[in-house]
Amino acid sequence: MDMSDLDIGMALVNIVLLGLLFVVGISIARLRSLFAIVMLSGIYSLVSAVWYVAVDAVDVGFTEAAVGAGMSTAILLGAMLLTSRTAKPEKSLRQLGPLLVCVATGIMLIYATVDLPAVGDPNSPANTGVGLTYLRVAWYDTGIENVVTPVLGSYRGFDTLGETTVVFVAGIAVALLLGFGERSLAETIRNEDRTLPKKPVTPSPDDEETDA
Amino acid sequence: MKSDHHVILRVITKTLIPVIVLYGLYVQFHGDFGPGGGFQAGVILAVAVILYALVFGVPSAMRAVPPAFTRSLSAIGVLLYAGVGFWALLQGGQYLEYQALFQEEPGGHHGQHVGIILIELGVLFGVSGAMLTIFYAFAGRVAEIRDEDW
Repeated sequence: MDMSDLDIGMALVNIVLLGLLFVVGISIARLRSLFAIVMLSGIYSLVSAVWYVAVDAVDVGFTEAAVGAGMSTAILLGAMLLTSRTAKPEKSLRQLGPLLVCVATGIMLIYATVDLPAVGDPNSPANTGVGLTYLRVAWYDTGIENVVTPVLGSYRGFDTLGETTVVFVAGIAVALLLGFGERSLAETIRNEDRTLPKKPVTPSPDDEETDA
Repeated sequence: MKSDHHVILRVITKTLIPVIVLYGLYVQFHGDFGPGGGFQAGVILAVAVILYALVFGVPSAMRAVPPAFTRSLSAIGVLLYAGVGFWALLQGGQYLEYQALFQEEPGGHHGQHVGIILIELGVLFGVSGAMLTIFYAFAGRVAEIRDEDW
C-alpha cells in the first residue's frame, strides 16, 4: 500500500515536471523576444535539474543547475547584447522542414525508450557491470564516502583531465577570437588606469562604496 | 548607472555574492561527502563574479578580477591537474596513480585524498577561469546592459 502511494506521488511529480518542460519548450519555440527566450531557457534548465533530482541523479541535476541555468543564461545574456533584440519571423513554409525533422526525431526517440531499463533497475547494464564494481571497491580503494568523486577523480582521472583541458581550450579559443586586442574593454580599462591612477572612473556617490 | 532605481538590486546583490562564494567553497570542499566537486564549484564562483558584473557593470568587475588573471587561473588549474599526474610519475607510479604519491600499499588512503583534493582544486581553477574568460570576451564588447533591456 505504501509502495503504491509512493509510486503515484513520484508519477505525479514526473508528470508535472515534464509537463512544465513541455510548456516552456513550446513557448521558447513561439517567442520572438530574445531576452524572454534566454530567460525561459534558463527556466528550462532549472526545471530539468529538479527533474534529475527527482530521478535520483543528484550530481547531474547539480551540474545542470549550475551550468545550464546559471552559466549559460549569463553567457547568453552577454551574447544577446551583441545582436538585435528580436528574431525575424520566418515564413511558415520554411518552418515545415525543421518541424518534420523534430517530429521524426521525437518518434525515433520515443521508439527507443521502449528498450530502456526502468529507473533504478538493479539488472540494468549500468548497474550490473562496472558500476557495481565501483560501488563495491571504491570504499576500500579510496576511503571517500561519495562514490561519484573517486569515480570521476580517481578511476576516471584521465577523462576528467581531458574535460578540464577542453574547458580551458574553449576559454582560450573564445578569448583569442573575441577578447584580446586594443578594442576590447579590458585594454581600455588598463589604459585608463595607467593614465588616471587612483581616480574612480564614474565618480557618483553610490559607486564609491562599491569599490571597497 | 546614473539613475538609482536599481538600488534594491544592488543591495540584494551585495549581500548575495558572499553567500554564493561561500556556497561555492562548500561545494568544492564537501565534494568527498556529498554531490558536487570542482566543476560545479568553479561555475558557482564564476557566476558570483558574473552577477557582480551584471549589476555593477563589467568595468568594475574587470578591475576586481582582471581578465589576465582569469586566463592565467585557467592555465594554472590545468597545470595543477597535470602536475599531480607527473608527481605520481616521479614517485615511481603511473600517470595520475594517487596510490603512488606517498608510495602506499593498496588500502592506504592518504594519497587518494591528497590527489583528489589537488585535482579538484585544478578543476576549480580551470573551470572558473575559463568561464570568466568566456564571459569577459562576450561582455567586453559592449559597455553595460542598458536600463531598457532589463
